[in-house]
Amino acid sequence: MKKQNQKAWFFVLPVLLLVAFNALIPMMTVVNYSVQETFGNNLFFWQGLDWFENILRSERFHAALGRQFLFTGLILLIEVPLGVIVALSMPRKGFWVSICLVTMALPMLIPWNVVGAMWNIFTLPDIGLVGYFMNHVVGIDYNMTQDPFAAWVTVIVMDVWHWTSLVVLLSYAGLVSIPEAYYQAAKIDGASNWAVFRHIQLPKMKSVLTIAILLRFMDSFNIYTEPFVLTGGGPGNSTTLLSIDLVKIALGQFDLGPAAAMSLIYFAITLLVSWLFYTLMTKDNTN
Amino acid sequence: MSIELKNISKKVKGHLHIKETSLTFEPGYFNVLLGETGAGKTSLIKLIAGLDGCSTGQILMDGEDVTALSPQKRNISLVHQFFVNYPHMKVFDNIASPLRVAKMPKSEVEGRVEEAADLLQLRPMLDRYPHELSGGQQQRTALARAIAKESRAIFLDEPLANLDYKLREELRAQLPELFSGRGTVVIYATSEPEEALLLGGKTGLMSDGIVTQFGATADIYRNPVNLTAAEVFSDPPINTARIEKKGSEAVMAGGVSMTLSHAAKELDDGAYILGIRPNDVLPAKNKATDIEIIGNIRVTELSGSQSSAHFSFADENWVSLAHGVHPFDIGENHAFYINIAKCFFFSVDGQLVAQGVNNG
Amino acid sequence: MAKISLSKLRHSYFDNPKSPEDYALKEIDLEWSDGGAYALLGPSGCGKSTLLNIISGLLTPSEGSVLFDQQDVTALTPDKRNIAQVFQFPVIYDTMTVFDNLAFPLRNRHVDEATVRKRVTEIAAMLEIEDMLRLRASGLSPDNKQKLSMGRGLVRDDVNVVMFDEPLTVIDPHLKWKLRSKLKELHQQLKLTMIYVTHDQTEALTFADKVIVMNDGEVVQIGTPVDLFNRPTHTFVGHFIGSPGMNILPCEMRGKQACFQDMPVKLEGPINAEIKGTAEIGIRPEFVSLGKKGIPAKVRTVADVGRHIVVHAEVKDVTVAAIIAEDVPSVGDDVHLVFESAQTRLYRDGWLATELPKSGTRAGKRTGTATRKAAAK
Repeated sequence: MKKQNQKAWFFVLPVLLLVAFNALIPMMTVVNYSVQETFGNNLFFWQGLDWFENILRSERFHAALGRQFLFTGLILLIEVPLGVIVALSMPRKGFWVSICLVTMALPMLIPWNVVGAMWNIFTLPDIGLVGYFMNHVVGIDYNMTQDPFAAWVTVIVMDVWHWTSLVVLLSYAGLVSIPEAYYQAAKIDGASNWAVFRHIQLPKMKSVLTIAILLRFMDSFNIYTEPFVLTGGGPGNSTTLLSIDLVKIALGQFDLGPAAAMSLIYFAITLLVSWLFYTLMTKDNTN
Repeated sequence: MSIELKNISKKVKGHLHIKETSLTFEPGYFNVLLGETGAGKTSLIKLIAGLDGCSTGQILMDGEDVTALSPQKRNISLVHQFFVNYPHMKVFDNIASPLRVAKMPKSEVEGRVEEAADLLQLRPMLDRYPHELSGGQQQRTALARAIAKESRAIFLDEPLANLDYKLREELRAQLPELFSGRGTVVIYATSEPEEALLLGGKTGLMSDGIVTQFGATADIYRNPVNLTAAEVFSDPPINTARIEKKGSEAVMAGGVSMTLSHAAKELDDGAYILGIRPNDVLPAKNKATDIEIIGNIRVTELSGSQSSAHFSFADENWVSLAHGVHPFDIGENHAFYINIAKCFFFSVDGQLVAQGVNNG
Repeated sequence: MAKISLSKLRHSYFDNPKSPEDYALKEIDLEWSDGGAYALLGPSGCGKSTLLNIISGLLTPSEGSVLFDQQDVTALTPDKRNIAQVFQFPVIYDTMTVFDNLAFPLRNRHVDEATVRKRVTEIAAMLEIEDMLRLRASGLSPDNKQKLSMGRGLVRDDVNVVMFDEPLTVIDPHLKWKLRSKLKELHQQLKLTMIYVTHDQTEALTFADKVIVMNDGEVVQIGTPVDLFNRPTHTFVGHFIGSPGMNILPCEMRGKQACFQDMPVKLEGPINAEIKGTAEIGIRPEFVSLGKKGIPAKVRTVADVGRHIVVHAEVKDVTVAAIIAEDVPSVGDDVHLVFESAQTRLYRDGWLATELPKSGTRAGKRTGTATRKAAAK
C-alpha cells in the first residue's frame, strides 16, 4: 500500500564516503599494523595479539595512562567550574556582551602549535615574562624545563587558558536561553542565589554542560601538540602524556606494531569513557 | 477544487495517531476541525498537507491522487499558530516569496502582493520588517502570503490562538469573507467551540485521533451523535446527570422527576445520561414545561452581558449560563430551570438515543 | 494582606523621556482594597504588564510611588514586598517534586516543616493535584504545570497580594473554564488580594469584582463588570468589552436631538454639555432588536453562535450589530432596527456625554426586560 521513498539514502552517501576515507580506512591500516611485525621493505610477520598483551602489561604504558587520566581529570575539575563561574558573571545584555564573547573566543582561534610555542617562550625562566617574574619578583624557584611540578602546572595553566572559553561559551548559551520569568519567579519565591543556581540555572544548563564536558574530555584526553611544543614530554617523562608516548614509540622508535596496538587501546578507552559519561548524564531524561 | 480523504490513518510506533478517516472538503466555506489539544487536528492537517506520510489510505485533490506527492508539489499553504515569517525580509518580500519561488513574472507578483495586502490592511506596512510589526500584523502577513499564493488548499492551524481577544474577534469576522468566492479549500483547526460557530461552514469534531462527526456547523452543534461530540462542542462543558426512565417519567439522580415526550418517551426503560448545555439551564422559569432543580452555588461569574453560576447538583458540578445580570449567594441553594426541549439523552455508553424537540 | 495604593505613578523605558508618548504608563493613581479580586484589562502594549511588574517590584517606576498599607515599598525588591506572582507560562523547578515545588517559597522563608506540610497539602487539595505530590514536576502536563505555578503563588498565607499575568494563555479552552472558576473559588476561600492581568475580557469580567480597563498607558475606566458592560464611560471600553462590542455609530446633533442617518434617536437621558456638529451614539448589540418600526436596514450577515444569533445589518454605509434570539432574518432582508432607549448613550470625543435620567429606577427596569427577552430564547 505505502510507497516508501528510498531517495533519502542517496543523501547519506557522501557522508558515508567521507567517514570511510576519514576514519574507517585509516583505522583498518592501524588494525593491520597492530597484529604484525615489520622491519621495513614491506615485509610483514604475523604477530596475533602479542602487541596488545605487551602494551597492556608495560609499565611505561601504565605510567603514561596514569598521567593522562590525571591530566584530563585536573583539566575537567578546573575548566568546568571555572567556565560556569565565568559564564554566570558575564553580562546578559548590553554593550559588553559582544566584547566579552569575542575576548572569550580569542584563545580558541590560535593554532595549537602557536599556543605551545607562545607559552614556551612566555614561561622560560630567563627570558619569559612569567618565568622572569616568578624567579626574580616573586622569588619562587620556577623552571619548568627542569622541575616536573612546574612543568605540570604550566601545561595545565596553558590548557585552562586555551580551552576554558569553550565551557564558558557553551554555558553562556545555556544561560541566556532561560526565560526571564524563571528568575522573576525565583526572586518572588525568595530563593537565594545558590537556590537559583541549583534549581534553575544548573538544570537548564545540563544539556550544554554535558556536551562541554564530553568535548573537553575527548580533546584533553587526545591532547598532543601543545604539551609537546611546550615541554616535549619532559623533564624526563613527567609530562609524557599518552599521545606523546605513542608518537615516541611510532616515530621515535619506529615500533609500528606496538604503536598501532597502543593507539587502538587508546581509542577504545576514549570511546568507552565518553559512552559511559554520556549514558550516565542523559539517563534520567529518558524516563 | 476538492480534497477527498479515503481511509487515511497514521500509525506511529504501533500507536494509531489518526484512526481511519474518510472525508471530503469542498471550497466556498470554512471546514473547521474542532477538538481539544492532542485530539489529532494538527496530525490530520500534516497528513493532508503532505508534511507527514499516511500509513494507509489515499488523499485525492480534484480526483488526482496526491498521497505520494511532497508538500511543494501539492500547491497548498499553511498558516501556523506561531507567526512564521522570514525575519530578514520586508513584508512585501514575505508575501511575494512563494510567488517568486514559482517564477511568476515580476509585474504580476506586484499586483498579487498588493491585492493580498489590501485585503488584510497591510498596505502601509509593506516596507517594514516582521519584527517591527505587532503580533496581529505578523499573523496577517502570514495570511496574506497564503492568500497571494492562490494555492489549491489552505490550512489554518489555530492561527488566532496567540492573538489578543479583540484582534481575534476582528480577524474571525474577516476570514470567511476573505476566502468566499475563491476556489480554495480552507481547513481551519481550532480548540474553541465558539470559534467554530462563528466561522460557520462545516465542522468536523475530533477527539482521540478520529473525526466523530462532520457536517454543517449549526447542525452538528444542535445534533451531536454522542456524548463525546456534545462535550467537544460545548463551552462551558455540557452538564450531565444520570436518569432512570420508567414509562413516560424519568427520575434524575437528585430525585427530580421529569415527564418525557416524543422520542425520549419511546425509549426502553432503564438508565440513561441526560446532557444539557449550560445556556439551557437558567435561573428563571420561562416555560411551564421547564424542570426545576435545586443547586448549591459554588462559584459565580458576572460579566455584565451574562451571568454564570457553578453549582452542585446530584453530586455533579453543573454550570448555568444566562444573559443579563443575576445575583447569586455563594453556598446558598438556588433554583434553576432546565428547558426540556434542549435536553439530550445518551445511552450509558454515550450514544445519543433521543433529544428534546423544539416545538415551542 | 494589604491595601495597595499607587500614587502619581509614571514609567518610561527611555532614560530621558520627553514627550508623553515616551511613557509606557502615564500618571496612574489607584487604590486597591484588601482582599479584593481585581483585573487589569487591555490590549497588548497598553501598559498592564508594566504596571504589574512595578507592583511586584520587578521594575522600578520612573516617577511616583507604590504603597502597601501606606508604607512606601517603591524601593523594595520583590522578595521584600511579600507578594506572589503567577506567570504567563508555567514556571516550575524541573529537578524538584511537585511537593518540593509548592514548599519552595515557604522553605525559603524558613517556615517550620509541619506548617509547610499542612499548607502544601491544603493547596494541593484545592487545586486537585494532591495525588501528584510525589511526582517529578517536569513530567506534568501543561495545565497541571500551570496549576502548580498557581499553587506556588497561593501557598503562602501572609502575602500582600497575588498577581496573575495572563495565567491561562497555555490552557485549553475546556480547561480554562475549570481553572478560572477554581481561581475564583480559591479567592473566595483564601480571601487574598488578587490582581489578574489579561487581554481577554471574558477572563477579566468573570474573575474580578472590579476591572481596571487600560489603553495606551492610561486607565480608561474602573468599575464592576456590570458597570463596564452597561455604562462604558469611553467608546474604547464599549468596544473592548462585549462580544461583539458596542455599536459606535456616527451621529449628527440637531439642537438637543441626536440623529443617526437623519433619523432621530432617543437617548437614555439628558446630555451633560452643549454639543454641536457630530458625536457618536453607543448601543450594545444586546439592546438592538428587530421590529416592525424603527430604523430601516438591510441584513448583511447572520451568524448562529449557538447560544444566540448575531445579525449585522447595514444602515446606508454603517454596519450595526444586533444580538437576537428568535425570528431570524435572512441575508438581504429589509428589517427595522429598534434601539432600547434606556441603553442608548451619546459619546463626544470618545467620552460619555449623557446622564442617567433623574428618576433613577427606569433604566434598571428596562435592563430587566432586555435580560428576559434574551433569556427567553
